[in-house]
Amino acid sequence: MARLKKFFAAVGLLRESPVGMIGVGLVLFWVVIALIVGFLPLRDPLAQSAGDLLKPALTLAKDGGHYWLGTDDRGRDILSRLFFGSRLVLFWSSLATIIAYSVGMLMGVTAGYRGGWWDEAISFIGNVFLAFPQMVLFIVILSQLGSDSPAGQWLARMGFSATWVKGTTIVLAVMFATAPQVARIVRGLVLDLKTRDYVAAAEVRGEGALYIMLVELLPNARGPLIVDACLRLGYVTIAIAALGFLGLGLPPPDPDWGKMIADVRGFGALAANAMIWPALAISSLVLGLNLMADGLREIALRD
Amino acid sequence: MLAIAARRLVSMLLIMFVISVLLFLFFEGDKLNLAARVLGPYSPMTGRLAWLEHNGYNRPLMTRYLTWIYGFMRGDWNQSAQFDAPVFDFLLPRLKNTAILGACVFVLTVAISLVLGVFSGIAEASKRDRAITVISVLTTSVPEFASATFLVAIFVYWLDWLPGSSSFNNGFSWREMILPVATLVIYNFGYYTRMTRASMAEVMNSQYIRTAVLKGLPYRQVIIRHALRNALIAPFTVMILQLNYLLSGVVVTEVFFAYDGYGKALYDAAMFGDVYLILAGAMIAVVAAVVSQFISDVGYTQLNPRIRFS
Repeated sequence: MARLKKFFAAVGLLRESPVGMIGVGLVLFWVVIALIVGFLPLRDPLAQSAGDLLKPALTLAKDGGHYWLGTDDRGRDILSRLFFGSRLVLFWSSLATIIAYSVGMLMGVTAGYRGGWWDEAISFIGNVFLAFPQMVLFIVILSQLGSDSPAGQWLARMGFSATWVKGTTIVLAVMFATAPQVARIVRGLVLDLKTRDYVAAAEVRGEGALYIMLVELLPNARGPLIVDACLRLGYVTIAIAALGFLGLGLPPPDPDWGKMIADVRGFGALAANAMIWPALAISSLVLGLNLMADGLREIALRD
Repeated sequence: MLAIAARRLVSMLLIMFVISVLLFLFFEGDKLNLAARVLGPYSPMTGRLAWLEHNGYNRPLMTRYLTWIYGFMRGDWNQSAQFDAPVFDFLLPRLKNTAILGACVFVLTVAISLVLGVFSGIAEASKRDRAITVISVLTTSVPEFASATFLVAIFVYWLDWLPGSSSFNNGFSWREMILPVATLVIYNFGYYTRMTRASMAEVMNSQYIRTAVLKGLPYRQVIIRHALRNALIAPFTVMILQLNYLLSGVVVTEVFFAYDGYGKALYDAAMFGDVYLILAGAMIAVVAAVVSQFISDVGYTQLNPRIRFS
């Protein structure tokens, strides 16, 4: 209960920043849509209709309803694909960010607190992955860890669906690219925090290194990390959607926003309508996250 | 300075070594698929095995790696399986194309973001500052493939002013450069602008600016002589550091506009499993990353008098 109160207090703080509120609104819009999309009166996002290919927005459908945002190259309803796609986008980018963040925080806090060889080794591993341009790292990992790779086949034998196999490899790829960046930030914060008295007190008390890292150091570094996590979630969302666009994302027929653009790109001017909506969707979600991070930062700077 | 350069060089070589070993191991399991992609899906197994044998993919991993390193240092970057050409000769024109694209983007981005950032940071919390901040958040939120989509929808399909592909089929043309450059500039300038703004705002709040104003110097002179020089140190170093990140967007943009550059070559190579092309591309990326980091560090020490004279 106390936790819930604290959470609402934090949201209440954000109300002081109008920009932050717009961001919260945009993000909440997509979160709510993702939660209730099953109850909305939408068409099946996978149902194809051969007579209704690449229709513009607001077209009348044969079943008497409307294609509010038009249809794609297989006659699928774009609105319902966008709304059902929000589930995939939000789920996989959050999962990838959470995992990358956990790994990155562990790396960073170990490097910062232990110092010495730990620091050298972890920083070197981080530098190896940071030397790649992020997108190249993604492409190299994902092009090889597909569903026909040994790892992919093993996952498939374990009973995972194609979406899960691909999703898992995407999460892995994001982890390799993002965790070193997070580790670098956490390391910097920890180097500053570990000179504080409460760390010395804990050391004198005889607490183990693990306790100090997880209980004393990380919670006290949370302020800047929350803002960064918000931005990072935006970057990861962009990266995963870009992978979908490059044909390395979730397998068809999943309504992945990036892939929705790539699918219709070959049809020229006819596809302009079908291309614009997913581009708007991804932009609005990332804009929301960025504005939210901005609002949070503004508040953090104020106190 | 020489010591720093030497240390950087050693760490760069170490990183290149580790990355090349990792890539070698990573693509090792994909050899047979590579042969299948080269020879086509209906090629007989014996043919695929013969192709691997003939092109030296069956030699022990250690021998192959050592030969590759030796060749790489002498400029023989092995043969690209996909394009059936020496990797070096294939990559060189691609790198040139990307250098042209990157240079245009970098110059435009820096120019726009310096002007906007300085104007925004001079008067913090003014209407102009708010507007510029909102614009820069807005544009950084639109990923490259989305802004490319909007630009193509508007300028190619709706207004029909510009070509939607930049493959330079009829030789180089500036018209085909406009959209890819615009896409990358739009995504990147926001971040630089905010960096410049933050730095400018910090300088404007500092003591020596207050002193200069109170001394009665004309405002224009305070800005140009006192504020700008100090405010531009931090953004400059960050901008050079960001060159590496620019490359990520370059991959997507080049694929979107079918621009025959380094990014698209790497994308094609990774999709095909063309291990030698990827290796070469990765090595170039590492060198670019380390060199840009070094330039940024040296630039910072040279520009900042507090460090230069200490």
